[in-house]
Amino acid sequence: MIDLSVNIAGVTLNNPITTASGTFSAHDSSTFYDLNELGAMITKGVANVPWEGNETPRIAETYGGMINAVGLQNAGIDSFIKDELPFINKFDTKVIVNVAGRTIEDYCEVAEKLNDTNVDLLEINVSCPNVKKGGIGFGTDPKLAAQVTKEVKKVCKKPIIVKLTPNVTDITEIAKAVEAEGADAISLINTLLGMKIDVHRRKPVLANVMGGFSGPAIKPVAVRMVYQVRRAVNVPIIGLGGIMTGEDVVEFILAGADAVSIGTAVFANPTAPVDIKNELINYMEKYNFKDLKSLRDSFNM
Amino acid sequence: MEREVKNGVVKSQNCIAPDVYHMVIEEKTVAKSAKVGQFINIYPKQKHILLPRPISISEIDESSITIVYSVVGQGTAEFATYNAGDEIKISTALGSGFVPQDVKTHILVGGGIGVPPLVELAKQVSGEKIAVLGFRDEPFLKERLEELGVKVFVATDSGNFGFKGNVVELIKSENIVGDYYYSCGPKPMLKALSEHCEQINKPLQVSLEERMGCGYGACVGCVCKIKTEETISRKKVCKDGPVFLSSEVVW
Repeated sequence: MIDLSVNIAGVTLNNPITTASGTFSAHDSSTFYDLNELGAMITKGVANVPWEGNETPRIAETYGGMINAVGLQNAGIDSFIKDELPFINKFDTKVIVNVAGRTIEDYCEVAEKLNDTNVDLLEINVSCPNVKKGGIGFGTDPKLAAQVTKEVKKVCKKPIIVKLTPNVTDITEIAKAVEAEGADAISLINTLLGMKIDVHRRKPVLANVMGGFSGPAIKPVAVRMVYQVRRAVNVPIIGLGGIMTGEDVVEFILAGADAVSIGTAVFANPTAPVDIKNELINYMEKYNFKDLKSLRDSFNM
Repeated sequence: MEREVKNGVVKSQNCIAPDVYHMVIEEKTVAKSAKVGQFINIYPKQKHILLPRPISISEIDESSITIVYSVVGQGTAEFATYNAGDEIKISTALGSGFVPQDVKTHILVGGGIGVPPLVELAKQVSGEKIAVLGFRDEPFLKERLEELGVKVFVATDSGNFGFKGNVVELIKSENIVGDYYYSCGPKPMLKALSEHCEQINKPLQVSLEERMGCGYGACVGCVCKIKTEETISRKKVCKDGPVFLSSEVVW
């Protein structure tokens, strides 16, 4: 029997498969697969107040990937707790709420409101490329990233994951800075800043001009960064970026990830998280691994 | 599960106008799931294409559905190469479709590749049915609608066929009036028709289009602005729509 369980900051996930924020909605995703199959659900970004998001078009397709500029449209934390959380809590799956903000106070307000809810972990999004203020602004400066982490930790009763952006020169610097201020785990990578131009109309495809590039095309960047961050910090890592198959998960685990998130893959295949989990099990059976630690430790450098 | 992705089989495929294809797909679960005005996601086979193509359902039968689509990019170009007997990966029906009304005269207004869903609508409404269709140059599905007892008016931008001009101009020039209006087509056409219906005080359902990611509500890529009581909110075209009351749409 293979043991797929993994511990992230004191929270035990039945398996390492989580849903990447922004590509998952409990209501909608549950129409395609049983959410109990997941290790954890990571919600879309939730802010202290409702956010309208960006103008459309918000989606552009690229070779082996896509660019989105949704801009974290969300109904705000009060609506989330009242309208979405009761449904999410029906499942026997750990819950990670992705928290968005424009100021440190925004993040803290959301974190405080989640203190007495049935949520296991918070994922602090300091890495969204699609919002003008906050988001990536915090994630590209080690001092600001550390400050957000420190302030959220002061008010938050739950362990926090800080989600990092790849749009920096040295991601290990940011990782070390947030770990030093108490980040209980780190997730990476958020999307790469990208752009697509419609050559027939000779204008940007996205209303926002630039957006977050995701999908299998970015996987090597993500694997490289997980590998680097694993060697820079001790906290657990949730790895993501272009995972499409069980073997992609193995690659992230070998690079040092404790768990993974499935994002853009659900566009090409709505049941991807479950299919990928089964492929991971097949891989582990084939190579006779009993648990994820022995798989990770088998990495030959 | 409530929704599924299935492997359907192409029963037939024909080119019915330049770059416009008519495909019948055999897949029982998908056919059973389908309602008028909904769409399916078609998943391209080429691995580098990640996003499904949302295509409106033109006709629904016992164990098959018909789609009519236009080749506009690499995904639809791939679909055009499928032959009878080939497999095609499709989702069960998505979105909220048209709500057929119980009135005397129905006016179905279609523009270009917005015409296909009106065929199933024509099958599902009873009473007098009038279709006003606009095309750039060459009409399609006109005969199919006529077979279903629909009186069809055609406008083309080029004037190559029927009335030269747009559908709203044609409606005004022929003095076409009904009790209830339904429409699918490009946004400028829907907007002009919405203004016309507002002037004559007739209800109109419009099927909107927006660039989609997932097609089932998860990614929030395809929003439109909808008036709800005092506020304007951004609704998902793929899930809350594609059909909305035109009086609710912020154009």
